[in-house]
Amino acid sequence: MSILAILFLVLGLGFVAWFAARAKAAGFQPENGIRPHSRPGHHGWYVALWAIVPALIFLAVWANIAPGLTMAAAIESPAGAGLPSPGMERSAILSEVRGLADGRIQGGFYPKAQEMLPAYKAARMRYGIAGASLALILALAGGTYAFTRLRPDFRARTRVERVVMIGLLVASLIAILTTLGIVASLLVETMRFFSKVSPVEFLFGTSWSPQTAMRADQVGSSGAFGAIPLFWGTIFIGAIIAMVVAIPLGLMSAIYLTQYAAPAVRKWLKPILEVLAGVPTVVYGYFAALTVAPAVRSFAVMAGIPGASSESALAAGLVMGIMIIPFVSSMADDSIAAVPQAMRDGSLAMGATTSETIRKVLVPAALPGVVGGVLLAVSRAIGETMIVVMAAGLAANLTANPFASVTTVTTQIVQLLTGDQEFDSPKTLAAFALGLVLFIVTLLLNIVALRVVKKYREAYE
Amino acid sequence: MNDQTMSAPLLHPSAPSPASDGGTLKMTARNVNVFYGAKQAIRDVSIDVTQENVTAFIGPSGCGKSTFLRTLNRMNDTVSSARVEGRITLDGEDIYAPDMDVVQLRARVGMVFQKPNPFPKSIYENVAYGPRIHGLASARADMDQIVEKSLRRAGLWDEVKDRLNDSGTALSGGQQQRLCIARAIAVDPEVILMDEPCSALDPIATAKIEELIHELRGRYAIVIVTHNMQQAARVSQRTAFFHLGTLVEYGDTSEIFTNPRETRTKDYITGRYG
Repeated sequence: MSILAILFLVLGLGFVAWFAARAKAAGFQPENGIRPHSRPGHHGWYVALWAIVPALIFLAVWANIAPGLTMAAAIESPAGAGLPSPGMERSAILSEVRGLADGRIQGGFYPKAQEMLPAYKAARMRYGIAGASLALILALAGGTYAFTRLRPDFRARTRVERVVMIGLLVASLIAILTTLGIVASLLVETMRFFSKVSPVEFLFGTSWSPQTAMRADQVGSSGAFGAIPLFWGTIFIGAIIAMVVAIPLGLMSAIYLTQYAAPAVRKWLKPILEVLAGVPTVVYGYFAALTVAPAVRSFAVMAGIPGASSESALAAGLVMGIMIIPFVSSMADDSIAAVPQAMRDGSLAMGATTSETIRKVLVPAALPGVVGGVLLAVSRAIGETMIVVMAAGLAANLTANPFASVTTVTTQIVQLLTGDQEFDSPKTLAAFALGLVLFIVTLLLNIVALRVVKKYREAYE
Repeated sequence: MNDQTMSAPLLHPSAPSPASDGGTLKMTARNVNVFYGAKQAIRDVSIDVTQENVTAFIGPSGCGKSTFLRTLNRMNDTVSSARVEGRITLDGEDIYAPDMDVVQLRARVGMVFQKPNPFPKSIYENVAYGPRIHGLASARADMDQIVEKSLRRAGLWDEVKDRLNDSGTALSGGQQQRLCIARAIAVDPEVILMDEPCSALDPIATAKIEELIHELRGRYAIVIVTHNMQQAARVSQRTAFFHLGTLVEYGDTSEIFTNPRETRTKDYITGRYG
């Protein structure tokens, strides 16, 4: 019997249990003038949960151990006697047995597999029936146990409430555990990388050339993993050029929208501005690579600036800045709107003009919120990938010339992982180290930003 | 300390005209109507504010007393749906005239709000805010003097003189409100409007503000909105009773409280409603 069928059976049992318990509880009469503690629906849920949850937990565990038990039984059987000792061939035979049994493959390569097939199928049947019966028994037992506990004064509502709480807790734990899992996998691969390349060279080296020789006699690919040019490129594009664009434009548009725009104008402009945040970054990437980068290059050539490249930090940074505007603007908008109206009135009543009020009262009061927004925007910008992959280039130059090509951490991660080198080469592993650095930096930025914003919020409440 | 430093690039002396009921006329309102969109908040209000007297506006919540107060320094301009009809003058000048500079007007008619609203700046900077905007002091020493004098007049100097660089928002509620009064008088206004200045304060802080109003009386024309009738009786010489957007009765405070002409006033004062 398939797991799915058992699942439906268990759920069906739960459904029946719900109705039965509800019907029983509906018959409860007030005792000594005290109404039954919980309503019939709570009793219904209590019994249904007892019927379903233990059986489901058992099924989840069983689904994971049953295949192993089945295979073990098949190997123990007389048909499994002549198996080769553990190794590649043995695994191949066993996997063929599984494939044949599931009907995934027709006719096999190993005669031994055909030989073991009946024993495997028999074992699978046995364990299938055992699992199904156990699950059903658990469901019945759970349901019955719960059903017998129902009394007018039984606190079914409290119990159900606790189960709901646990369910919600599990849901939130999944997100947290996934994050921890990602961090752990990053950490492990990074450790492997650092066993091949020293952390000091990685963090402080100024030469980046991740090609490693595949043969000893190959030339020009010794491999250098100094990531400083990458860090610099990332900061140059994401934290400097993009912010020079995004901070003033975002702040000014927020000020216009909150202080000057008529409600009708604001109603139209704000959503349009927010559409910018919804444009897929790959589209920004085209725009940067096909429109902005050539324009920047021709300007540089015209102005006689040396080192002009068709892939420039400036092009990527400009477009990234445009992309970030909605973030800065919406955070600034929120913080300016959060400054109490009384503050604005106080300033206007002193005879200050609107722009004096904005400059001297609103912006300083909103500054922590704006700073928080900017930090979040920076963290988003340095993690941004598509724009820089398409427009910033691959050359790991350590230069402050915005017209030259630089590369970023994210661009290099893409390059390193899309290569054709084996997975445990330093070249591939370097991607994980870069990813870890990026993760740590953005995490810190987010923590600082959220703290700043939180502290500021408290000031007015 | 001299009055010279706070002097008066903004002062507009003009021939004082005697009010019908004693005192020098400072502000007059004639047939004022205020609308918020289609809703009429003030109906046909005419009133005189005199230099020497503290004028109190009383009335139940929503009667329009605060709205009317805010027409006197055009703070209603900040509400885009608000519209004011009628004529309001300051020293005979129509403040709603097209060539009236709102910035100048608000420097002459200062305002203190219901909730203390110091800026999140230092105490010093709060008081210096207005003088800086209007360029009243060029040298640091002049500014120091203005700040000290304003804080002294607001009765706050002794409490804060050692911590002028602390944030204004760190003061207690009553101190914050006196800081706001100091901030308002730092630009040496002619009229001070107070919109329920004590409603967020405890009785002791309220008593201090009331004492301050007594001290400021005469130097500035003061208009105070209050929902507290005892306060109106204590601090004002003239009282206007508003109800449902109309001015029901206006006269000497002693008259209004002991011998009101209108039944509505009498009912309100004796606590029948409101």
